[in-house]
Amino acid sequence: MEASSLSKILYIDLDNKRYWIKERPELFKEWLGGVGVGIKLLSEECPKNIDPLSGENPIIFAIGYFNGIYPLASKTVALFKSPLTGNLGESHAGGRCGLAIRMAGYGAIVIKGSSDYPIYLVIDENGVKFRDASTLWGMSSTTAVGRILREKEGIPGIRSIMRIGRAGEKMIPYACVITETFRTFGRLGLGAVFGSKKLKAIIISGRDSLKVKDPRGYRNIYDELYNSFIKSGAMKKYHDIGTSMNVTSLNLISSLPVRNLQKTKFEGINELSGEALAEKFLGRRIACAHCPVSCIHVATLRIPYENEPYFYRIKMIPYDYEPIYALGCMLDIRSAEGFLKIMDRVEELGLDAISTGVILAWATECMEKGIITTKETDGLLLKWGDYETYIEAINRIVEMKGEFYEALSKGVEYASSKYGGKDFALSFGGNEMPGYHCGLATHIGFLVGMRHSHLDNAGYDIDQKLNAEGKKPNPKEIAKMIFEEESWRQVLSSLVVCFFSRKVYTPEVISRCFSVIGIDITPSQLKEKGIEILREKYKFKVREGFSFEKLRIPKRILETPTPQGILREEDIREGIMEYKKLLEGK
Amino acid sequence: MVKRISVVDVDLCVGCQLCMFACNRRFAEAGISRAAIFVQSVGGIERGFIIRVCRACKDPPCAKVCPTGAISKREGGGVRIDHKKCIACGNCMKNCLIGAIFWDKSLNKPIVCTYCGYCVNYCPYGVIKLEEI
Repeated sequence: MEASSLSKILYIDLDNKRYWIKERPELFKEWLGGVGVGIKLLSEECPKNIDPLSGENPIIFAIGYFNGIYPLASKTVALFKSPLTGNLGESHAGGRCGLAIRMAGYGAIVIKGSSDYPIYLVIDENGVKFRDASTLWGMSSTTAVGRILREKEGIPGIRSIMRIGRAGEKMIPYACVITETFRTFGRLGLGAVFGSKKLKAIIISGRDSLKVKDPRGYRNIYDELYNSFIKSGAMKKYHDIGTSMNVTSLNLISSLPVRNLQKTKFEGINELSGEALAEKFLGRRIACAHCPVSCIHVATLRIPYENEPYFYRIKMIPYDYEPIYALGCMLDIRSAEGFLKIMDRVEELGLDAISTGVILAWATECMEKGIITTKETDGLLLKWGDYETYIEAINRIVEMKGEFYEALSKGVEYASSKYGGKDFALSFGGNEMPGYHCGLATHIGFLVGMRHSHLDNAGYDIDQKLNAEGKKPNPKEIAKMIFEEESWRQVLSSLVVCFFSRKVYTPEVISRCFSVIGIDITPSQLKEKGIEILREKYKFKVREGFSFEKLRIPKRILETPTPQGILREEDIREGIMEYKKLLEGK
Repeated sequence: MVKRISVVDVDLCVGCQLCMFACNRRFAEAGISRAAIFVQSVGGIERGFIIRVCRACKDPPCAKVCPTGAISKREGGGVRIDHKKCIACGNCMKNCLIGAIFWDKSLNKPIVCTYCGYCVNYCPYGVIKLEEI
């Protein structure tokens, strides 16, 4: 196949257990791939105002031209209507799935309808097989599901196993989809959409090759990229300590949310810093397919059995900055072992770590303030640092045991509407808050970002730069920077390259990378494309009822000082409205 | 100076699979269908990886079962495949204990390492090396 001919879309209809393939080269030419093609397909396939947990909600997986061709292009974009926010659902994952989809010859996969019994899909270049997953349904561990499918389905080429856990089966709106054991489509509830379709897992594999237009140019540019990534040392920090290095750096600048953002300094820093975890627990580092960085850090935890001396359970538990923030710092867990045990439970159940941590932090503060008591929690006394109680609470959330846990299972926005405590319910546009309290740009970024994630536009990064240079934040300027960053990230998410590679994949480099595979696109055309894609996402959001004016600003972020001091609501609102103007092209 | 690819320490492998993509680039193609080296997990990524690549046996079992003499022994160890003589029976693949003979679907012929060492240049953690036998 030609590298420049990304065109195949695999449509799967779960109602009728059938599939078909459509060639749509023009869609990829116009919208690049990844999130660009994904948002067009979502807009086509998702009827207005549907219930996200109905069969009408489509799941779109999309990859781009660079997957399988260039290093660090290892991501897949998933688009769907989010059961958590009732609006745009977008989640990215690494692992092997992006490469598996490309090597199987597809550019995108659209999954529609729902099955009447649990199934899993086996996808390769020849199409789709529908297999009964009844035996896997209700299994308590996502790792076990992966092992069973791995044994059953063999190993042709690059292969990915996406699966949901109990949380997805129970349609918890912040359930995730786990791929390759340690990577997740984490945010906004793709796992629940799988669950609503009775779709337990997808195995996809492929072993294709791709011809390029200029073979010599291709090899040269590949070497240039490889040298930038590896020999320059640019990626070393991601390999050494990994994203968890942020625990120390954010704590140092008082930007690390602790105890539901009551504070920004963490007393458990010596236990939960990336450095400490690496020293005491790091067991293995793993890479996504076709990425030499290997930022995935996996801890080894040896847990003795209580009733059996000299008998141990060995757990391999992945950790990254965001889970440490949410399940560690936000809950004031000061024991690394305690954090890893919560992390392990969250992974096995298949929940989004950030949402879970933020929800539990809110519940703990509610208890602290007397808004709820052990009557609501059915005897559980939630208190900071008590990881065993938190693990039990997580189990009850997934099983929705009683009214209170059922409310928690619907997200912090919902739970606080029911019980109060809205001022310290940390969610933006319905999505629980990521781990940064660096200043004005951070929070404007969360609010305006199309998926309300720190990865939309990295406002926290803008703040850190402003703060380091001692510059005063200006809402209008911040809005401009956020808009530029967010629109450019649409291009990266359409290729689909990892954001860690963004300093290497500049508009000029991307344009040259395209040229050797036979596609002409200039740096300025790329930037324009980014803006167009962002506007397509906004169009979908507006269609589903989103408006910038309606955004709720949690009071807590205005109470706890940032490195820029106390934030003012009017500055945040000004930034939001400025962003809106830019987005609407006014 | 007969050489082969040797796995220095498989525990250093992070599973990035860059060696596979490098092998395919010998033909100036992206992807992996023509790669003669393969990295896979052993019972899940958490358990680590294995690397399947020809270890240049002195008396290669694959050559013994080739009915047409398409696979010939290389002096000093290892094999060479003459695709003109090959009838694509697949015996060599089945008889390789470590699964280091692969299938090129577009040619419909087996592929095996040519001991060129191109992949070694793209292993960032020194898992594989080109060594003299």
